[in-house]
Amino acid sequence: MTKSELIQRLSTANPHLHNQDLERVVNTVLEEIAEALTRGERVELRGFGAFSVRERDARLGRNPRTGEKVKVPAKRTPFFKMGKELKERLNDK
Amino acid sequence: MAKGSTLTRAHLAEAVYHDVGLSRKSSSQLVEQMLEEVCKALINGETVKLSSFGNFAVRSKKQRMGRNPKTGEEVPIDPRKVLVFRASHVLKDRINGDD
Repeated sequence: MTKSELIQRLSTANPHLHNQDLERVVNTVLEEIAEALTRGERVELRGFGAFSVRERDARLGRNPRTGEKVKVPAKRTPFFKMGKELKERLNDK
Repeated sequence: MAKGSTLTRAHLAEAVYHDVGLSRKSSSQLVEQMLEEVCKALINGETVKLSSFGNFAVRSKKQRMGRNPKTGEEVPIDPRKVLVFRASHVLKDRINGDD
């Protein structure tokens, strides 16, 4: 399912709303999550899951093609942990 | 908002209310419906691709033997499905302040 398919499915469930508004709903939600993560905050959505930011230390990597050592700087990476309810639904419990 | 705080559904609904201009009730219902559509797609085995945000995919794990770390006893871990989220480069770069 792509973003436009998601908007389409929301539109089917909400025939009284304009597609343009539903598109803004989806973009606003994703944008809010992205902004929170950029600020280093967690996003906790019960029943769905939680987004957080993990810190990765700088390390010495290797260019797999040349075998040359390269410094990989410390970075922050987004992380998602599935919620309990979704985990149970995925495994049909 | 201070660093270390947590964003919830209520914040998302509030942002939708402000940015889209729908009623508070519709805004929170739509946030809920959006998450539910994503859940349903994943349960259905679909990959969810949200451009400039990331992809959610379901992976099936085979049965394997695990060990109870407390008792040392071997216990089978049932085959199960897990969810993996791969953030898009756009999101990764933003989080690292590279944009």
